[in-house]
Amino acid sequence: MNRLRQLTVWQWIFAALMLGGLYATTVRVFYGLGGATHLSDQFPWGLWIGFDVLCGVGLAAGGFTLAAIVHIFNIESYKPILRATILTAFLGYSLVVVALLFDLGRPYRIWHPLVMWNPRSVMFEVAWCVMLYTTVLALEFVPVVFERVGWQAPLRWMRAVSIPLVMAGVILSTLHQSSLGSLYLIVPAKLHPLWYTPLLPLFFFLSALAVGFAMTIFESWHSSRAFGRQLEAPLLASMARVLAVLLGFYLVLRFWDLWRRGALGRALENRTESYLFVLEIALLLLPMLLLFRRHVRLRPGALYACAVMVIFGFVANRLNVSVTGMEAGSGTAYLPKWTEVAVTLAIIALGFAIFRFAARHLPIFAAEAPAAAGRPAPLAARGD
Amino acid sequence: MGKAILYDSTLCIGCRLCEGACAERWGLPYDDKIAAEEKLSAHKLTAVQTHGERFNRRLCMHCEDPTCASVCPVGAFRKTALGPVVYDEARCIGCRYCMLACPFQVPAYTWNSRLPVVKKCDMCYERQQAGLATACAEACPTGATISGERDALIAEARRRIAENPGQYYDRIYGIEEVGGTSVLFLSAVPFEELGLPAGLPREPLPLLTWRALSHVPDIVVVGTVLLGGVWWITHRREEVAAAEAPEKEKAA
Repeated sequence: MNRLRQLTVWQWIFAALMLGGLYATTVRVFYGLGGATHLSDQFPWGLWIGFDVLCGVGLAAGGFTLAAIVHIFNIESYKPILRATILTAFLGYSLVVVALLFDLGRPYRIWHPLVMWNPRSVMFEVAWCVMLYTTVLALEFVPVVFERVGWQAPLRWMRAVSIPLVMAGVILSTLHQSSLGSLYLIVPAKLHPLWYTPLLPLFFFLSALAVGFAMTIFESWHSSRAFGRQLEAPLLASMARVLAVLLGFYLVLRFWDLWRRGALGRALENRTESYLFVLEIALLLLPMLLLFRRHVRLRPGALYACAVMVIFGFVANRLNVSVTGMEAGSGTAYLPKWTEVAVTLAIIALGFAIFRFAARHLPIFAAEAPAAAGRPAPLAARGD
Repeated sequence: MGKAILYDSTLCIGCRLCEGACAERWGLPYDDKIAAEEKLSAHKLTAVQTHGERFNRRLCMHCEDPTCASVCPVGAFRKTALGPVVYDEARCIGCRYCMLACPFQVPAYTWNSRLPVVKKCDMCYERQQAGLATACAEACPTGATISGERDALIAEARRRIAENPGQYYDRIYGIEEVGGTSVLFLSAVPFEELGLPAGLPREPLPLLTWRALSHVPDIVVVGTVLLGGVWWITHRREEVAAAEAPEKEKAA
């Protein structure tokens, strides 16, 4: 009883989400996709693909961008936040695989693409890239574990292959981040013209790059609060400037493409698609305009708010492509069943919990101490 | 060129004998309630639909370059040399990309099964191999559905249009839709009035994804060179700086 009273609000919420997820899992196992989802023959991909997979993979994109910045471009100042970002990416990809196990009709056959090949299939390419990249992330993160347990020999081996590993990671990520967009190239007659374009792969890649930076800012801010660390403010501010430029480039390209295809007028119709398109664009345009201002970038609270907006804008884009834009063309409407939402929430909660556990028990932020000398004094992380 | 089916909507009387024959061929239940459903599903692989006074029939189109076969990550779909597009449920992982991608919304899923599979017409593949007509064509009392060689059926459809110009809408659905299909339609009215998807591209849809996928080797090669180059430059600068540092100190 005493121990129960000691639980914090967050621990209660976590327990509730886990229970909900567990119940939904039993429904999924015993009553199949039909019992656990609102999917249908007309609408075969819902929340689990639209959010858990499409958003999950994108939100973990910080891993490859930051690894490239530190190891390829040799910008050492970003090293203090690299490990946390790699951990997030690894967790993100692992959870995407967990979500896939819920979504696949025959999850125990998830290994089939290894031996049954179809190189014409975008899904085949995505499956291979995600599998290989998850392995790369595991290898990039495993030195942290070796450090903790003090194994020196494997650490030296890992250092020897670290550069080829990072390069493989960048290329694999470029391929599958864009290929998640290519998945939808096959539905020209179903996907709404506000989203269907031959440039889908490029847009998916650029927006994944952008949200990777936004997620890095987001999680730096959170871990600085949770673990009482200093926030790498100048570091995040310079990252925010790159983010603003990326968003600007993405939005200009996006509008040029809409104009070129004559689809721009569709944004002004009195339809759900148009409203949600405007919402998606606003959530990316507003933080872009704000982040071009220096004083916004240097204020942790404002920077955090901008990162959150970019994340929501990104999620809106992926859900618009996978759900909003597909409804009319499929001749049906889709709203996830509560069990779908319960599984998704449980997976997110699990991600937060594992990150917290790893950050407590592994030297995630240990690289900070030696590098700190060369850096300008960090700002205290406060919400104001 | 392979086997095909020609469905002539102007000859169809809506008797649904094709539906019954199809259900029997698959061992699926069939009764008045299922007959009234009028849409494709996992227990109804062909459906006669009523559009005002006219009828239309839906079934897998057996595309010449099938979208389902191109998108399937494990190659569970295959366009056979004989014409039918067949599905191998032993390979299927249940990703349902085929269902999302099919421009005719044909593949259906056994959603409530714990071991679900995709269901769709296979143009009676084993009957065709034995030289028999499809079950639906055999059951059709009016000749609205006939099966045969695709070339011969196209010639037959053209002949019908030419001989009764007033009776037909002057086009054959399935000759050029998404690169051509092995199920062909004749109608008295434009095909969208019978619920067939209009405005589909003439080129096979797999080309759309292939255009992106074919760049994969380029990205790998260019990416490796670019990243390797950047790495060499950035780390060379460091080496040079490290080598020059003691000399500078001496000079000072």
